[in-house]
Amino acid sequence: MRLALFTSVVLVALAAAASGAAGPPNAADLEAELVCPVCETTLDQSDAPVAQRMKTFIRERIAAGDTEDEIKDALVAQFGPGVLATPPKSGFGLLAWLLPLGALVGGAIALGLLVRTWSRRRAPPAAETPLSPDLEQRVDEELARFES
Amino acid sequence: MARRAKLAAQGVAIGLVVLLFGLLVWKLVDDEGGALAAAVARGETPDAPDFTLERLDREGELTLSSLEGKAVVLNFWASWCLPCKEEAPFLERVWRENRDRGLVVVGVDAKDLRSDARAFMRRFGLTYPIVYDGPGPTTKRYGVTGFPETFVIDRDGRVVDVLIGGINSDEDRARLRAAVRRALRS
Repeated sequence: MRLALFTSVVLVALAAAASGAAGPPNAADLEAELVCPVCETTLDQSDAPVAQRMKTFIRERIAAGDTEDEIKDALVAQFGPGVLATPPKSGFGLLAWLLPLGALVGGAIALGLLVRTWSRRRAPPAAETPLSPDLEQRVDEELARFES
Repeated sequence: MARRAKLAAQGVAIGLVVLLFGLLVWKLVDDEGGALAAAVARGETPDAPDFTLERLDREGELTLSSLEGKAVVLNFWASWCLPCKEEAPFLERVWRENRDRGLVVVGVDAKDLRSDARAFMRRFGLTYPIVYDGPGPTTKRYGVTGFPETFVIDRDGRVVDVLIGGINSDEDRARLRAAVRRALRS
C-alpha cells in the first residue's frame, strides 16, 4: 500500500517536472532569477535602463524558442556569472551551496559533542542510604504521634 | 579531551571571525572607485592599466599597450546610457580630426548587450575601435563609477586627464581638446 502511494507520488512529481521542462520558459521567473548588473537587484525589482533591455532580450529569446538555460547562458556570456541571482551548482559557485550545508552538519556535530560532554560531566545521583534503625524508629514514633 | 575540543571550537570561531573581517576589509578596498581620477586630480599622471579586450567593430582583440607611442582617448560607455548617446558624435569628430596626428579614440562598452552596442555604433556611425568589457573588469580597474567616463592617455601611456560624465558642454569639449593636445605633445 505504502509502496503504491510512494510510486504514484514520484510519478506525479516526474510528470509535473517533465511538463514544466517541455513548456516555454516564463519571463517573470527568469526576471526573478537574474540580476541587473548596474543596480545589483533582480530584474523584476529594477527599472534601470540596462534591466529594461535585459527584460526585452529575455522576451525576444523566449519568442525565438530558446530554453531557460540558453537564455541564462547568453546573458552570462555577456554580463558574467554575477548576473545569476543564485550561484551555479558547479565549479567555484558550488561552494556557496556546500558551505551552508557543511556549516549545518558541523554545527550539529559540535552540538552533539557538547551535549555528550555535558551529560558525562553531570555527577551520578547519590544512592539512597537507608536510615539507621534508631532514626527509623524515631521517625515512626513521630509519625504515629502526628496521626493520632 | 573536552578541554581540547573546547579550545579547538574556540580557535575555529576566532578564525571564522578573522576571515569574515578580512573579507569585509577586502570588499571595502576592492570597491573603491575613482582612484585613478583622484590621482589625476592631484596633478599626478598615473600609468593607464593595460588590458586586452574583444573588439566589437571587427574580429579579434585590442591590447592597450599595442597603441604605445600614440595618444589615446579611452571612453567607457554603454548603449543604454543617455549622455553616452549625446557625446558619441563629438568623440567621432575628435577621432577624425586627430587620427593622422597619432590619436586613437577607443570606446569600451561594458554592462551592455553586444547586439545593443553594435546597434549604437551603427546608429552614430562610429568608426573608431570599440572593445567589449562585458561584466566590466577593466571598467573596474579604471575605477569607473558611472557611464560615461573618458580617460586621456599620452604617448607614454600615462593618464593626463579624466572627464567624468558626458562631454556635452562647451566647457567639457574644450577641456577634452586641451587634454588631447597635451597628450599628443608628450
